Amino acid sequence: MTTSPAAIVGGNRTPFARAHGRYAHASAQDLMTAALDGLVARHGLAGMRLGDVAGGAVLKHSRDFNLTREAVLSTALDPATPAYDLQMACATGVETAVMVANKIALGQIEVGIAGGVDTASDAPIAVDDGLRRVLIALSRAKTPRARLATLARLRPQQLKPQVPSTAEARTGLSMGEHAALTTARWKITREAQDEVALASHTALAAAYERGFFDDLLTPFAGLERDDNLRPDTSMERLGRLTPVFGRGAGVGAEATMTAGNSTPLTDGASAVLLASDAWAARHRQPVLAHLVDAESAAVDFASGREGLLMAGVYAAPRLLARRGLRLADMDLVEIHEAFASTVLTTLAGWEDAQFCATHLGLDAPFGAVERDRLNVAGSSLATGHPFAATGGRILATVAKLLRERVDAGAPSQEAGVQRALVSVCAAGGQGVVALVEAR
Amino acid sequence: MSPQNRSTQAPAAAPADRYREAVSHGAGAVVAQRLGLPRPSTLRRRGDDDALLLGPALVASVPAGDDASLAPALARLLRQAGATVVEAADGATASIDKRSKSGAIVLDATAVTRVDDLDAVRAVLAPAVRTLGPSGRVLLLSSSSTAGGGLVLDAVERAAVRAGLEGLVRTLAKELRDGGTANLVRIDAGGVGEAGGVDRDAVVDAAASTVLFFVSAASAYVSGQVVDVSVDLGRAGDAVRAGARTPSVADQPLAGQVAVVTGAARGIGAAIAALLAARGAHVVGVDVPAAGDALARLVNAVGGSALALDITADDAGERLARHVVERHGGAQIVVHNAGITRDKLLVNMDEARWRSVLAVNLTAQLRLTRALLDTDGALTKDARIVAVSSTSGLAGNRGQSNYATSKAGVAGMVRALAPAVAHRGITVNAVAPGFIETEMTAAMPTLTREVARRLSSLRQGGLPVDVAETIAWLADPASSAVTGQVVRVCGQNMIGA
Repeated sequence: MTTSPAAIVGGNRTPFARAHGRYAHASAQDLMTAALDGLVARHGLAGMRLGDVAGGAVLKHSRDFNLTREAVLSTALDPATPAYDLQMACATGVETAVMVANKIALGQIEVGIAGGVDTASDAPIAVDDGLRRVLIALSRAKTPRARLATLARLRPQQLKPQVPSTAEARTGLSMGEHAALTTARWKITREAQDEVALASHTALAAAYERGFFDDLLTPFAGLERDDNLRPDTSMERLGRLTPVFGRGAGVGAEATMTAGNSTPLTDGASAVLLASDAWAARHRQPVLAHLVDAESAAVDFASGREGLLMAGVYAAPRLLARRGLRLADMDLVEIHEAFASTVLTTLAGWEDAQFCATHLGLDAPFGAVERDRLNVAGSSLATGHPFAATGGRILATVAKLLRERVDAGAPSQEAGVQRALVSVCAAGGQGVVALVEAR
Repeated sequence: MSPQNRSTQAPAAAPADRYREAVSHGAGAVVAQRLGLPRPSTLRRRGDDDALLLGPALVASVPAGDDASLAPALARLLRQAGATVVEAADGATASIDKRSKSGAIVLDATAVTRVDDLDAVRAVLAPAVRTLGPSGRVLLLSSSSTAGGGLVLDAVERAAVRAGLEGLVRTLAKELRDGGTANLVRIDAGGVGEAGGVDRDAVVDAAASTVLFFVSAASAYVSGQVVDVSVDLGRAGDAVRAGARTPSVADQPLAGQVAVVTGAARGIGAAIAALLAARGAHVVGVDVPAAGDALARLVNAVGGSALALDITADDAGERLARHVVERHGGAQIVVHNAGITRDKLLVNMDEARWRSVLAVNLTAQLRLTRALLDTDGALTKDARIVAVSSTSGLAGNRGQSNYATSKAGVAGMVRALAPAVAHRGITVNAVAPGFIETEMTAAMPTLTREVARRLSSLRQGGLPVDVAETIAWLADPASSAVTGQVVRVCGQNMIGA
């Protein structure tokens, strides 16, 4: 069977809003529906039956088991469009795109949408495990006496609700604390992290100013831009912030991670339209780029042997080796800024000869990434990071960036093709990287 | 693409005219009648019923017995469109049953050339108008041909008489009650026919979409207007003829066409988009990125597509043209609807208010039009350009020097551009809305709004769909004979000419 990589036709997202703010009263389904409807409108898909819509959310209420299908039913798409949910922590958005793209490449479907949504403002709250067991036992109790006996097992402390957290189940450490360990291990400075944060805000503000997001974003609930964006921030302002992660015992270094160089909790949704080249041509739809290949990786973070968010460091060399490419062949690199230090430790790993030899099995360092190729339209530190929505944001952004470079005749590593590497880390020590190309 | 999500409804409901509702029946009606207060009637609109007309159409010709009378061809057109027609061959109205209400009077006055003929017009109209039912239509056809024999003074008398008909129609429009309208279509027969003779079928073919618009409920809020029809242009365009087409709600003359509508997210633009979509067009809704969510809702509801574009940007024309070519293979219809107001008396008018209004309302229309005309394949042959002007522009309006300048400019653009692109079969027209019930007028101070509503012959505001219907007529493939026109949709507003 011959396969042909899926085209990235377009993308759409809501502006991202800091949690408990502008979208405080919007549900995950509302946000996902808005992102889909904006995409449907831009590409004239109303009433059309698509092959699949794949989506998901990290913070998800059990009633939302069919979140994406329910969202599709609320959109202008043909209700005969199937949909499914997928969950891979912060890599959810990239992984849904890989799934849809693979089905397109295999010829199983011609067109589909991949997306994701998260809202910390509409997060599900769980009950204490003890209370949960009592309630389940209560439903099994058949006589009034048995019911009373069951209820007698209730304890006041069981009524405390359990709010979802970003703590790792196996270590009990928050993601920020994990990142602080890795930051210390690679001796990443506060200044270097603040520089990444500043560059993210500056680049995102510039992208908005030139109208870059006019066809990648649809306003929602009165918000027209990501409200985490601070166009006027500076090294001085970032430098005044107090570290919030890495202050605990065991880090063994000065705390450097602040609210300025870490992503805040954010609400938002994104969607990417993927199709075969034939479908795009038949419907006079643009081909921004192709999602050529992807690779997942996972690391043993629980034992402490590797950092929680370092999986992308392992995935990228495997992906490019399979494609006969080097890091230096990438015209753009998108590394999800979970924390500024995530970007910096990823880059440090790829540059470190010894690490590349011992951990990645490479004869020479994987390579360096010049900053003018990195996250050139800003990334999560500026936009915010609604977990499952980040992958869709990055893929649509990078596809349009590559298309612009092709149209402008920008120099590329290989004549006639512009390439980008996308890396998104995720909880559980996982990560997904993808290769995107435009010709 | 399935049409299941298409809607024929304008998405935004117009605010209610509570006064009109109060005096239309019951005690309110009695009180208003006793006090001599205005009692605006409920206008009949397309979709209220399935008929072209609720009563028979009286078709007559003046002077009687003219061999070149258009009456038979007009009668045939109206019958094919579903109307019952009473032909008054002798120019009299004896054949009308006095007890039944007529739906329309269509009077061919193209052969009226002498002052004495005008009295014959009166003699036909006076008894006929008495028979008109609710939302009755009076449509006069006159000639604007410069050809004709005789002395120079004969030509002068012809011109005087034809101008006289305009005064007559505008006055009749003010005298009609119960939703009645009166309009004049001036026909330039050009080189049609042999040696003075006129091909009557060609004339009526060219004027067919215009005649049907003015007699139907589609022209509910259009009254006291004079529209020129050029038979040569009608024949030059592709032979798309209205013929037997009944202008019903289900009619889809725009099937397979692509229509660009600027300012489509809300208000009048949304109504235009919805109606053009209901007529079969794929609507490319254009609006500023900030209105993207409203625009998405609109285009998704009508099965169109959205283009977020600031039409005042330097590259807006190129981007629109490229989008239309790449995504749709060209557009048949362009509606320049986007507009803003920034009101101040001229003495207080600052540069920012002036520039922003001119930029959106006039410069953008000029630049987008130029880009579309200059880009290969952006506009198809026989494309239709319709611009939205305003009665404020035609008559002037206190506090709106910037707006009125821009909107008068739009009328000028249309008149200048029409002859320049006629060789491509492209028509260019404007509509000039008066008081239209939108979110914008709902925000006016109550008293100002009430006064504005009553200052027209129909004594009420129009609806966005009334503007949309007028645009749909001008955008119709069958309207190739209508170009360079500025048609008010104002219920014959008292302000201005």
